[in-house]
Amino acid sequence: MSEIQLVELTVNGERHDLAIEPRRTLVDVLRHDIGLTGTHVGCEHGICGACTVLVDGAPVRACLVFAAQVEDADIRTVESLAEPDGTLSDLQREFSAHHGLQCGFCTPGFLMLAEGFLAERPDATKEEIREVVASNLCRCTGYQTIVEAVDACAARRRSG
Amino acid sequence: MKPAAFTYHRARSVSGAVGLLAELGDDAKVIAGGQSLVAMMNFRLARPEHLIDIARIPGLDTIVREGDALRVGALVTHHAVETADLGPDFRVLSEAMRWVGHLPIRTRGTVGGSIAHADATAEWCLLAVLLDARIVVEGPAGRRSIPAEEFFQGVFTTALEPDELIVEVEFPRPAPRATLTEFAERQGDFAIVAAAVDPDAPRVVLGGVAQVPLRVPAAEAVLAAGVAVAEVGEAAAAAIDVRDEPGASAHYRRALTRTLVTRACEEARTR
Repeated sequence: MSEIQLVELTVNGERHDLAIEPRRTLVDVLRHDIGLTGTHVGCEHGICGACTVLVDGAPVRACLVFAAQVEDADIRTVESLAEPDGTLSDLQREFSAHHGLQCGFCTPGFLMLAEGFLAERPDATKEEIREVVASNLCRCTGYQTIVEAVDACAARRRSG
Repeated sequence: MKPAAFTYHRARSVSGAVGLLAELGDDAKVIAGGQSLVAMMNFRLARPEHLIDIARIPGLDTIVREGDALRVGALVTHHAVETADLGPDFRVLSEAMRWVGHLPIRTRGTVGGSIAHADATAEWCLLAVLLDARIVVEGPAGRRSIPAEEFFQGVFTTALEPDELIVEVEFPRPAPRATLTEFAERQGDFAIVAAAVDPDAPRVVLGGVAQVPLRVPAAEAVLAAGVAVAEVGEAAAAAIDVRDEPGASAHYRRALTRTLVTRACEEARTR
């Protein structure tokens, strides 16, 4: 019989009190306990990046973190990007405009990776974007369109 | 896969963590960033019954310059080192961080965790040996400091006792010309071969060619002689003992060693 632990998480500004096993990873808690299925699970060992979310603003692999470790942190998932009425964020619009997605499985991870990266490095060069985009796997686009989408978003944000 | 069940403990102090380690023994593992451990637990290669989370212990996440030395706390993340201004003396540490995993790994993975995990291709393990670092650990009997070359003993095996915790890594001397470079199929993946050199020591250290970060005295002697850098790469390639393995033949590893050591030396000479 596994132990149950009380864990308090703040996800997209909302507090959740959870009674979970300590072995529950953040990605499983987000999807199964909180019902935020926008964050995807791919490899479960940190290679693919489909589960990338923001923890205190920094991109993190949600499959390599136990929920109990990130109590008191500010967690943001892909659901936080669009407006409540469904209007897409500037980053999401650039992904659409540049065909930065096809099947869409990896997209939430790439969006949160880019969101966290651009917040820290708004002046990132295309080469730096290319290197960061290598953090995650995409089997449809060939990455070029993702690099272009992130670059376009950064340029648009810089021009105000 | 999903990890096996465990009991979660949150340590509030180093002595608290050490006390738990002493009490729980081999059934316990320390977790900080968890970027190696959780992957191993997901594969069930590791099945600790207890996890001791040290991430909230205050005072272990600072980088302090003290005279010639740089003291890096065990909980400092790779990304914190990457973005820190360490000055010319220790720029190699910041520069090497771009090779450590991917950004979302670096934001959580820690210096102490990487050293404790002791992967023979890990950049921190190479840097520790390259720069004669001392690994400062605390156990029930107090603190001791272990030279990096003695710390790494074999595949994922270190001089750390089961009831000891790494609290700090001390880099005793400036290394303004030291460099590290490596090759992997995808930027951020585990290096097939990694090479680090410090012409002032002189040191040539390789990752991915032995069970521990490997110093190559034969190449160091050539480096000290100040001859063409290609000869240092040649000496390193000749000195290593590698076998054909899935994904990388001995011939390929040797060629990478030659190229990467030469490249690291070239970079060092521009400084």
